Amino acid sequence: MVALMIGVLTFVALFLDMAMDGVGRLSWDFFTNYPSRRPGQAGILSAWVGSTLVMLTTAFFAVPLGVAAGVYLEEYAPKNWVTDLIEINITNLAGVPSIVYGLLALGLFVYQFGFGQSILSAGLTLALLILPVVIVATREAIRSIPQVIREGSYALGATQWQTVRYHILPYSSAGILTGVIIGMARAIGETAPIITIGALTFIAFLPPAPVKAEPPFISFEWLMSPFSVMPIQMFNWTSRPEAAFHANAAAAGFVLVLMTLAMNGLAIWLRYRLRRNIKW
Amino acid sequence: MRERLIELVLFLAALVSVFTTVGIVYVLVKESVTFFQHVPLTRFLTDTQWTPLFDDAHFGIMVLLSGTLTSSAVALLIAIPLGTVIAIYLSEFAPFKLREIAKPFLELLGGVPTIVYGYFALLFVTPLLQKVYPDLPGFNLLSAGIVMGIMIIPYVSSISEDAMRAVPMSLREGSYAMGATRFQTAVKVVVPAAFSGIASAYILGISRAVGETMILAVAAGMQPNLTFNPLEPAATITAYIVQVALGDLPHGSVGYQTIFAAGLTLMVFTLLCNIAGHILRKTFREAY
Repeated sequence: MVALMIGVLTFVALFLDMAMDGVGRLSWDFFTNYPSRRPGQAGILSAWVGSTLVMLTTAFFAVPLGVAAGVYLEEYAPKNWVTDLIEINITNLAGVPSIVYGLLALGLFVYQFGFGQSILSAGLTLALLILPVVIVATREAIRSIPQVIREGSYALGATQWQTVRYHILPYSSAGILTGVIIGMARAIGETAPIITIGALTFIAFLPPAPVKAEPPFISFEWLMSPFSVMPIQMFNWTSRPEAAFHANAAAAGFVLVLMTLAMNGLAIWLRYRLRRNIKW
Repeated sequence: MRERLIELVLFLAALVSVFTTVGIVYVLVKESVTFFQHVPLTRFLTDTQWTPLFDDAHFGIMVLLSGTLTSSAVALLIAIPLGTVIAIYLSEFAPFKLREIAKPFLELLGGVPTIVYGYFALLFVTPLLQKVYPDLPGFNLLSAGIVMGIMIIPYVSSISEDAMRAVPMSLREGSYAMGATRFQTAVKVVVPAAFSGIASAYILGISRAVGETMILAVAAGMQPNLTFNPLEPAATITAYIVQVALGDLPHGSVGYQTIFAAGLTLMVFTLLCNIAGHILRKTFREAY
């Protein structure tokens, strides 16, 4: 009990300290200003826009791949050495330090494939990083669907894919969503792999807008744009010697923590609801 | 026909994880091989200086490894006792309601970005420690290690608690029937029975500590320093990679290749941890 209290109290002290340092800097301007040499005017505009775009890219790759892999392993995979290999791989990947993913991305995406130090490289890196989380969540959600459902579907003449498409996926969607949110919460706070691929720490412009006035209206130029993200902005401010920047770091950290706590909280709440409501 | 095609697509998606592993190994080994053509392996392992960017270049990985090991040791000294005690309390003593609140809370803490912990280490814990030790430098392994330990507690306690809860009730009842108290039952029956699970929690904690980057990059300084004294500043393997990535090293230079050699060392280290964990689990698995 005492140990638990020590742990909880330390955390409360830490967060209160950060909130007190940072809250003074939180204002509308903080979200709409670019970083600046003058701490009083610096803001997180390019950081949060960068984070949002990277998250979009990550989700675009990680969710379909992760769900498809999870479905394959639960519904299709035969029991043989290939399946074993894939499963061992996923377990091992979950334990690889995130900075190693950064090195992979630096060698492969940035130089080999020539994506450069872009939003696309960062999104792909984080997608690989959270893939195990999405796969494991998908598998658990699918595993909790009773066999009866599948047999009922087959009995009505559905093929395997129809069973997956109309029964397995809809019934497991809430569980999958939980896993996706937890994975995204992890990705948004990841700093090390993104620094490794060479994200800029000081950036005073936004990536090109995805929507244009002239046809074809939608542009993907932003994928190749240099960028910065929230945790890197915070890192940059923390490692400066001036105390005024530390207040900025505290404010950015406060926003970041609120974002991840909200995402994780949502996931935990979803799972809690799920456990109560489902009765097969 | 369509069914087979869909199955193939799903299979390819599952193979992505294998490609990722292959990709990691390929990139690390490829760049490291060129690196080791410049620097012989013996010098890499035995040199006591790490100055890859100077004219008089030395590549002694021990220097970075000492920082990694020292900070991890500090972190584990905090995370293992506290994490285990919290797990025992939650699994054996806590009322149901408290556990229902504490478990999600621990999960929430596991989701806090590590850069935020780095901020705490540099700007909260270090000044606090400096009140006790006035000579403590602004960057030091101790405060980074302590905060890293706090960061790892949720992982250790959550997995240990799951392992202890999986111990069947009949074992506890048997122990009570012999006249053991709750505390004796928890420490002498439940913990040994759940030891394989607790051990894998520790191993996970170790590999988290070794691979942790941002806390160390922020709070432990980036000065390579062959030391096992936690009161000194020192760079770790991960902090070195960040330091190089922040600078502008030309692709293909020796400096660029060092981070892959450092990354390979890190990978080998975590792989050894995983294998050790696997062996521990097999040796201590208790079947009921």
